[in-house]
Amino acid sequence: MIDLILLLFLVICAIAAVHMKDLLSATMILTAYSLIMALVWTNLNAVDVAFTEASVGAGITTVLLIAALSRTKRREED
Amino acid sequence: MQDNIIVRTITRILIPFIQLYGLYVIMHGDSGPGGGFQGGVILGSSIILYVIVFGVDQGRKIIPEKLSDTLNSIGVLIYAGIGLICMIFGGKYLEYNILPLGSAHFASHIGMLGIEIGVGITVAAVMITIFFETARQER
Repeated sequence: MIDLILLLFLVICAIAAVHMKDLLSATMILTAYSLIMALVWTNLNAVDVAFTEASVGAGITTVLLIAALSRTKRREED
Repeated sequence: MQDNIIVRTITRILIPFIQLYGLYVIMHGDSGPGGGFQGGVILGSSIILYVIVFGVDQGRKIIPEKLSDTLNSIGVLIYAGIGLICMIFGGKYLEYNILPLGSAHFASHIGMLGIEIGVGITVAAVMITIFFETARQER
């Protein structure tokens, strides 16, 4: 049951991150995606992969994307 | 963010604990979850937190470009060196239990720990280098 709820949140986060026009919001939603993915890995008893996902996906990637955003514009243009 | 006293104080208090946790993850890489890569990322993120709060110029005083470049290479050299030492003592590349350190179990433990330390140093230095190169403002 819990894995179905987590996968539902995962799909919602993925679709929202793709369709978001505000790039800072998209980055934050991608962080939430990584955190939920780490929970899914923990639920599958893959603790080592979950550790990597939490530290790299939710930690370093967010910082690097925000650092890249600071050198460009915040809003996506059509 | 340099004039916000709450952020600065909390960062000063938090950084040693983050680094201690990173070292814990590296040291227990062979007996539990974690390892050189994850611990290196945690060590690197403590420096990245410092740079975010205190600015790129102040961060480059703590970690000069020469130091991070040297650490990049030292980690790889530790990894390759342990593998080559195993070959000198007559085993295959990275066959730790051939090392003359008493029992084969203990030699395997020490070899794996050395590999984790090498990977951790390299990953931490590479994360710091990538962040500095991304955050640098061109004037």
